[in-house]
Amino acid sequence: MSDTFILAGKAFGSRLIIGTGKYRSFQEMQSAHLASGAEMVTVAVNRVPLDKKTESFLDYLAPEMQILPNTAGCYDAEHAVRTARLAREALETDWIKLEVIGDPVTLLPDNEQTLEAAKVLVKEGFVVLPYFSDDLIMAKKLLDAGCPAVMPLAAPIGSGLGVQNPANLKIMREQLPDAVIIVDAGVGVPSDAAIAMELGADAILMNTAIAEAKNAEQMAKAMNLAVQAGRLAYLSGRMPKRLYASASSPIQGAISNIPK
Amino acid sequence: MKVLINGKVKEIPEGLNLDQLLRHFSLPSQRIAIEMNTSVVRRKDWEDVIVNDSDKIEIIHFVGGG
Repeated sequence: MSDTFILAGKAFGSRLIIGTGKYRSFQEMQSAHLASGAEMVTVAVNRVPLDKKTESFLDYLAPEMQILPNTAGCYDAEHAVRTARLAREALETDWIKLEVIGDPVTLLPDNEQTLEAAKVLVKEGFVVLPYFSDDLIMAKKLLDAGCPAVMPLAAPIGSGLGVQNPANLKIMREQLPDAVIIVDAGVGVPSDAAIAMELGADAILMNTAIAEAKNAEQMAKAMNLAVQAGRLAYLSGRMPKRLYASASSPIQGAISNIPK
Repeated sequence: MKVLINGKVKEIPEGLNLDQLLRHFSLPSQRIAIEMNTSVVRRKDWEDVIVNDSDKIEIIHFVGGG
């Protein structure tokens, strides 16, 4: 069955997008990327150290991998816009993961500043993929602003808490049936990824859950499978939930009597 | 003269263009970008843009992130 993930007109075979941060070595990152099956990875924009030589990190990414720069570390629209422009100039890509953080403890997004930055960047021709709170109304505003997808969080960045508000994601899916929804941040284990996909997310973006696993490569493979499993489950349509049991075997014809 | 590069005050020779500035700090020219006084300077213009006293310059590259 063909189930291609289309994002901003580009087709992806994998619905898992992964990060490049926190790995213990570039080699570990490479093997995790391969095992994940991901075709797009996020990277961060950072000041070049002036006093020491640094290895070219991008050389460790598979050449066929789509690179999605982010605006991590920005606390207002102005810095996020500047960071996006720098990323575009350096990588010659219009794609940007827009991330405007509201405070350093929770790393929760500043939705207002995110929307403001999104409007500016869309006008400048960027493909803006915004990270934001799992809020339907904000999702609508970001889509109206011209974002080709929205990226609600499952839980705070790097928390590994899993989907904290499944109802929010389900409502977003139902109310925005045609929108591309990518759950970004908060996944800890494969079951979290599967839950997000079962709720109807089109894709998942994660970093820490793989990079901080004791065996990153193996966890990447587990996430790959979980995203596929969750997607298949969503497309299959889950059984209804019931408060009471519903026998799988016929009761009529059983040699026992039903107790009164 | 003094300029602010990546948030640090640096003493550099006068009259450098941006290509020369990169060489001055032994920085690679690929997969980086330069912003001068909050505006990106296109790569094709690096040779023509001269650094002035008190300019605020950001030179970025890419690192691991999520």
